[in-house]
Amino acid sequence: MYLLQIDGWFILEKFILIAAIVTTALVVAMYSTYAERKIAAFLQDRRGPSRAGPFGILQPLADGVKLFMKEEVIPLVSNKFLFVLGPMLAMIVAMMTSAVIPWGSTIDIAGRQVPLQIADVNIGVLYIFGVVSLGVYGIMIGGWASNNKFSLIAAIRGASQMISYELAMGLALIAVLMVTGTLRMSGIVSHQIENGWNIIYQPLGFLIFFICALAECNRTPFDLPEAENELNFGYHQEYSSMKLGFYLFAEYINMFISSVLMATLFFGGYDIPFVNEAAWGDAWWVGLVGFATLMLKAFFFIFLFMWIRWTVPRFRYDQLMNLGWKKLMPLALVNMLITAVVVLLLQK
Amino acid sequence: MSITEILFYILSVVAIGSALLVITSKHPVYSVLWLIVTFFSISGHYLLLNAQFLAVVNIIVYAGAIMVLFLYVLMLMDLRKESEPAKNKWLKLAGAVAGGSLLLVLVAGLRTADQRMAQLNEGNIGLIENLGRALFTDYVVPFEIASILFLSAMVGAVIIGKSEKSKKQAVPIAQQQPEPEAASV
Repeated sequence: MYLLQIDGWFILEKFILIAAIVTTALVVAMYSTYAERKIAAFLQDRRGPSRAGPFGILQPLADGVKLFMKEEVIPLVSNKFLFVLGPMLAMIVAMMTSAVIPWGSTIDIAGRQVPLQIADVNIGVLYIFGVVSLGVYGIMIGGWASNNKFSLIAAIRGASQMISYELAMGLALIAVLMVTGTLRMSGIVSHQIENGWNIIYQPLGFLIFFICALAECNRTPFDLPEAENELNFGYHQEYSSMKLGFYLFAEYINMFISSVLMATLFFGGYDIPFVNEAAWGDAWWVGLVGFATLMLKAFFFIFLFMWIRWTVPRFRYDQLMNLGWKKLMPLALVNMLITAVVVLLLQK
Repeated sequence: MSITEILFYILSVVAIGSALLVITSKHPVYSVLWLIVTFFSISGHYLLLNAQFLAVVNIIVYAGAIMVLFLYVLMLMDLRKESEPAKNKWLKLAGAVAGGSLLLVLVAGLRTADQRMAQLNEGNIGLIENLGRALFTDYVVPFEIASILFLSAMVGAVIIGKSEKSKKQAVPIAQQQPEPEAASV
């Protein structure tokens, strides 16, 4: 077994795949901002953005241009290098998870089987966990380097919130691993295609994972790092122009990626329900149909995120910590134990 | 030079360079950030040895948890005071002697080590299946003892946290927050 077998085609293939996935994530994040406003408007009986283009469809572009054109302010008392590093880290970490997600089955291009996954590593789930644990740095460094009390408080809130909810998230994931018996993301998806989706076996695990995803993405009801009536604006208070845009954008990318993750881990990934795709053979469009299915599932979760944001009020900080440590963690532990016992009994 | 060798040299340069920057940086926050870079390059080395599990656990535990805690503490300290009180010169001497002896031990240990090449690029000892099998069959007793050790450390940390809170009697127990830093905010 020789690990680094790399030829030109392989590099080209991966480069195109990475570019395509990054573009997809950016475009989806861009239009998530539009969707967020439209859904908010719908829920509040308003019209939402309607001026730029038909139905306001060009609104994200207008927002982008506005952010780029704004004056760039770096506070004199801030730590300049770290101040610039913060938004960069937030963006990079938001993108990194997409590397191990299987975006579809394989596509046949000129005799090469091209898997729609950047890296099919056998530690996929752990990799995701690692990247999630790095997500704190963008917020912490940015908030601290701003040299502003409110930013610092928000950054500390964000960091402790993310650390607290990572635990329950990890425990919920362990139960999924017990059911599927593999850490490989493509293995988890193919297991679900054969044996039914994980949501059937792990409804409680999914609920815990979903709540933790809300907290990790700093979405309402857990958007305490951005509680504007307590903290003015949040950890990105001192940021302006596209640096602010990066922070806001990274949040939407996080939301998209965690939606895709939930679809992959619990809802069969690129599997089309009640249809046997294997019977279609390996026509070139099968992979793309799978990709579209995954996107539809992800869009549903993004909608759910937004629906919750405009329905549920914000938690208080001690309520957040209570929920994370005293309710979700024991619940996830119990879920893990029950799953382990059932798996053990079924094996005998 | 193969790709593996090129990657090895790049990773080594990054690891040693960032490790040097950890101890030479004036600002403690920069030290912590350079340490994170060091951990990443070491994880890269693990990947070259095909020890993927170790690589990713190194990142989760060190870069993701311990360094966050370090940053957390540093950010809550007032670091604007530049001057650090000058250390006792005997302390400096003791530090130099201790560091020198450590170097001596390391050199002595490496000098007599057999010159086997590491299994670069091949071998699957570090893959999670093999590691898990080894841990839960051959080494199950030490593994479980280590986990009990961790559990007792966790319980101890909780008890220490609780006893400080009950002395102060500032917050009713129902409203206590698990992290003292968050509570002080």
